[in-house]
Amino acid sequence: MLPVAPSRAAEARIPLVGHRDLGHVAAYRSGKPVTAAQLLADATRVAQALPERGSALNLAADRYRFAVNLLATLLRGHPTLLPPAVTPNLVEAIREFAPDAYYVADDESVRIDLPRVEVPMDGGRAGDVSSVPAIEADRIAAIVFTSGSTGEPQPHPKRWGSLVRNVLAEGERLAVGGPGHVILGTVPPQHMFGLESTVLMPLATGAALTAERPYFAAQIDAAAAAHPPARTMFTTPFHLQNWLDNGVSHRLECIVSATAPLTAGLAARAEAEACERLLEIYGCTETGQLATRRPTRESAWQPLADIRIHLRDDVAWAQGGHIEEPTRLADLIELEPDGRAFHLAGRSADVVNIAGKRNSLGGLTHQLLAIPGVRDGVFHMPEERGAGVTRLMAFVVAPGLDAATILEALRARMDPVFLPRPIVLVDALPRRATGKLPREALVALERRMNGTP
Amino acid sequence: MSTPLTTDPSAAIPAPSPEALEREIAVMIVEALNLEVAPQEIDPEARLYQEGLGLDSIDILEVALVVSKRYGFKLRDDDQDNVRIFSSLRNLARTVSERRTK
Repeated sequence: MLPVAPSRAAEARIPLVGHRDLGHVAAYRSGKPVTAAQLLADATRVAQALPERGSALNLAADRYRFAVNLLATLLRGHPTLLPPAVTPNLVEAIREFAPDAYYVADDESVRIDLPRVEVPMDGGRAGDVSSVPAIEADRIAAIVFTSGSTGEPQPHPKRWGSLVRNVLAEGERLAVGGPGHVILGTVPPQHMFGLESTVLMPLATGAALTAERPYFAAQIDAAAAAHPPARTMFTTPFHLQNWLDNGVSHRLECIVSATAPLTAGLAARAEAEACERLLEIYGCTETGQLATRRPTRESAWQPLADIRIHLRDDVAWAQGGHIEEPTRLADLIELEPDGRAFHLAGRSADVVNIAGKRNSLGGLTHQLLAIPGVRDGVFHMPEERGAGVTRLMAFVVAPGLDAATILEALRARMDPVFLPRPIVLVDALPRRATGKLPREALVALERRMNGTP
Repeated sequence: MSTPLTTDPSAAIPAPSPEALEREIAVMIVEALNLEVAPQEIDPEARLYQEGLGLDSIDILEVALVVSKRYGFKLRDDDQDNVRIFSSLRNLARTVSERRTK
């Protein structure tokens, strides 16, 4: 738990939703509008079905159901837990972290090793809602976990006031959100970017979220066609590239990309083929959103209002605004002469980003070494292979184990996008006398394997 | 992919046997995703996702793109439909043979 700053008025409360009129549209489900009153009634009904105490893992795939559950947990005083993936070992880590953890889902087939709370899916009575409930600003609304460089998931508590402050600054900077604005998202709500931009931002600014998560190009086209006024879509470089490559049939007003920087070429193509404005957000799970840019107009990132980035011995730190404590960043950063705007100059060598999902090579290697029978091993980011997403590989010393067995064990421990392709069984790793395993040695091993010089 | 395309759109599309089409798509999947399996090792009935071939959601988008470009059709925006199409190589090949335009 973070200490509460004494200056923060303990009684400060922030409304659950920012809609000025309860009759305003807060969501669209299959194209049908849902009013703010109905959303609050549904959340109140779900809150009554939740246990008295607990911490919630919200696995609803439908973004509307996710929002209802999230508001219900806020009403009930429960934090929402957001692990990087829902694998058996992460569920176990969640149980250790929060013994009172339970999960809610909108699909019968979703089963994990935690108590399941069945929540009512039929609606509450919108007529019973006469005002918007408010939540203490310093309440821990969510605990987001990162994979961590030691293999242990690291918790990052998010206060309600800090989350709302972040997304209001986002809406203002990007000029998105507000009454009548419809927000689409190709990203799930269970990660920081999707939670902030596709759930909290529309709710806090009084806009409308959309329940569906369009993924295939045809689904994105259909979502764009279904919501003609003021459409903004939040997406990733990977989803955007795939949509453009399929041929866009319905343009959007605005596209916002995050999770990895866009190339200049893809950004220009997006504004030519798919939208009027292409914007990018830079941030991370630890801090939330930090800066934005419009890559066709500017290459430097502009921090959100009140956020400052500074360098200390070449290490970048972020503070101010919604960030509660100065936080170290994993990216290498170069500041502009004005001391505010900045450029990204690469990531620390340990951080990998596969189609927008981040992890630590060191943390992944810890997971590999924890498998019984694995004597030594390492995850390795291969050199780019041209088209398509470059995947990780692993070199493993494990006499008596085969690659399939190791793969099965890893599958229980990590998001599938990080699974190694391939697993290479070796007699020994090319360690130096000091035990160090330099990247050059692994690249040499990789090239020998591929038969390239 | 260097398969010749028909130049006359009205020309009938030659219908390969279902097995030949499955093999052709298996080769495309292995090439597009740099998989470590031989195309003929892919069981046409096995799940493409996770336990079967071990593909994830990123792979499925990449496969959808190469397949729709090669055979000239777009997937529809129906979730249930897409889940079924990508459930196995056999179902994917069946959909291709039904909806292909080239």
